[in-house]
Amino acid sequence: MADETAAASKAYLTPFNMVAGIIVLLGVIITVLRFTGGLAAVTNLSDYNPWGIWIGFDLLVGVALAAGGYVTSAAVYLFGMKKYHSAVRPAVLTGFLGYALVVLALHYDVGRPWRLPYPFIVQQGSTSLLFEVAACVALYLTVLFLEFSPAALEWLGLKRARRLAVRLTMALTIFGVILSTLHQSSLGALFLIAPSKLHPLWYSSYLPIYFFITSIIAGLSMVIFESTLSHHYFAAKMDANHLREKDGIALGFGKAASFILAGYFAIKVIGLAADDNWHWLGTGYGFWYLVELVGFVLLPCFAYAVGVRDKNLKLIKWSAVWTVLGVALNRLNVSLVAFNWHLPSGERYFPHWMEIGISLFIVTIGVLAYKFIVTRMPILYEHPDFQGEH
Amino acid sequence: MSLTRRKFLSWLGAATVSTTLGQAAQAASNKHFSGYPQSHGVLFDNTRCIGCRKCEEGCNQVNELPGPDRPFNDLAVLDKPRRTTAKAYTVVNRYENDGMLQGPVFRKIQCNHCLEPACASACFVRAFTKTATGAVIYDPSVCVGCRYCMIACPFEIPAYEYDQALVPRIMKCTLCYPRIVKGLLPGCVEACPTEALTFGRRRDLLRTARERISQFPERYIDHIYGENEMGGTSWLYLSGVPYREVGMREDLGITPAPQLTAGALSAVPMVVGLWPVLLTGVYAITQRKEKIVKAEQEQAVAAAREQARAEAQAQLAQALAKAAQEKEAAIAREVKKALEEAAKVPTEQAAAAPPADTAQTPTEEES
Repeated sequence: MADETAAASKAYLTPFNMVAGIIVLLGVIITVLRFTGGLAAVTNLSDYNPWGIWIGFDLLVGVALAAGGYVTSAAVYLFGMKKYHSAVRPAVLTGFLGYALVVLALHYDVGRPWRLPYPFIVQQGSTSLLFEVAACVALYLTVLFLEFSPAALEWLGLKRARRLAVRLTMALTIFGVILSTLHQSSLGALFLIAPSKLHPLWYSSYLPIYFFITSIIAGLSMVIFESTLSHHYFAAKMDANHLREKDGIALGFGKAASFILAGYFAIKVIGLAADDNWHWLGTGYGFWYLVELVGFVLLPCFAYAVGVRDKNLKLIKWSAVWTVLGVALNRLNVSLVAFNWHLPSGERYFPHWMEIGISLFIVTIGVLAYKFIVTRMPILYEHPDFQGEH
Repeated sequence: MSLTRRKFLSWLGAATVSTTLGQAAQAASNKHFSGYPQSHGVLFDNTRCIGCRKCEEGCNQVNELPGPDRPFNDLAVLDKPRRTTAKAYTVVNRYENDGMLQGPVFRKIQCNHCLEPACASACFVRAFTKTATGAVIYDPSVCVGCRYCMIACPFEIPAYEYDQALVPRIMKCTLCYPRIVKGLLPGCVEACPTEALTFGRRRDLLRTARERISQFPERYIDHIYGENEMGGTSWLYLSGVPYREVGMREDLGITPAPQLTAGALSAVPMVVGLWPVLLTGVYAITQRKEKIVKAEQEQAVAAAREQARAEAQAQLAQALAKAAQEKEAAIAREVKKALEEAAKVPTEQAAAAPPADTAQTPTEEES
């Protein structure tokens, strides 16, 4: 009896579980501090810097990286690229978890989280871009939940409910693309109201379009990146179909990402020219801007192209990581680095370690939830009862 | 399927209506809002300000804010530039200047009560209201605490109660709205001992300011700050030194904040209206393509089968024909053989009678 308990606890004491456990414990402690001492107790936010990494990373980066759901389901169901079918479920799952965690993170950041439904049920501030973001994120989270539900219902064996959910696929996909177009772009448009605070190199009337296009790039790259990770850790869960399509997905999505990165580079240069911002390139911020534009847009674009031409899967996978970092860098530049650039350095923001702790905590919850789900539900394989039915 | 789609479209319709209703995106029209006609404001003339902090004290008292960290008569706090906070709706800063004016110049900071406020435009629960009195007021009973107003405000005015765990509010000057509706002066204006602050109708204040500039052109910069900045503000400023030298931004432009986002907002209903058409179209094209491919495949298969059948038939016919030919040939051969057989009998009989004749014939021909 004692031996059994020891063996069971040994099975749980893997390095992964231990690190995750420590982060979760820390997260719980910071959560208590946040809801007893206020934001002042756990963040470096100030009256000059009302938004920190809980918005810059958890919301802006989080939503961009969760774009794989709409990109993949649109490619497969609307554009008829059926050879990528096995990528849909993992992408929708990550999208769903991503958005759920974004909403969770907002509960830490806003002052009175229980009022988050107020913009819908009490007073609609429809002149606000944030209203659009809130409405679309709330609706899209519901859409992602419904898109994900067939996998859960198969797992639970609820055939009739599943059939109903599957029948909604097409409508949900179209609705999801509309909502994603709107809120991905609106996240960029949030900053349109503050031209006096955002550095001219990053401020552009094209911000909404930049954010939308980069969300597609991030979505494609995240699908490749996650597929690599899943294959590494959950290969046993993958069925033959998934394993067969995996490399084709990396090649196809890599090719698409390369093309869209090229287009994005072009519209960034057009924006630079439209606002006649060339002279800023010679400054310190200009150097940082070029690091982002050349180092994290143009170079990954080439890397993807070479990877696809040579069918070099390793290069494609690294390009995906590179591109994801580039999109994250862009979001952080717009919301934090280039925002409030006019302030003296003493008034600038740098995250408190507890802010980073909460962000880490939330990412960890996401990883744990993903692990819980893919080891139980038919995500990386087709359920034997429903072969080829969706 | 069709029912579901219709349902979704009706939802989308509702979403469109709710995002467009009550919002005047005037970016593409020639309408211009120049403020409520009878609205109030305050004129601050920094050539009259002596930096006594009485306005800070007056503000603190009428708004019942928590006591200051250092007493209001302690002028040493002016050594460092300050900003509005959750405990101070207004602050005075001191700026040294080496221009024509002697001594330092002071700047009073508080909410400027924009004619078209960025905070009100940015708030997703409409917690801010620009009232007809000119005051921009805030309703904490709906505020979620997202702090987007603080991002949006070009003058960096709204402050937040970061130390409140569960009921934080945005804190900012209200132009003493509760007092002015009762006919009282704002706390700061009432406290000012030098008439550096003048409360009145904004229209009248603009006239006063212009008069002062034209009366004392050497004393003032020829610009009324707030007349057009960010579309105009209810607070107006006169200065003896360039505004940037007292920390006031001259690069804000004259576009009211709501216009900065009007374009992006106006794209929303277009996306909602057109994306379903576009995406259903893409889907239909994909379906049709697949159908055509399938039909072509079937056609090709059918054609191939037909060809095979025809070929087989032809082969069969050929084989039959050949067989018939062979049969005929065989019959002919047999008949011939039979005839030959039949013919052989008399020949043999003849050959048996005179063999010498037959042997002689070739010899005759040779010769």
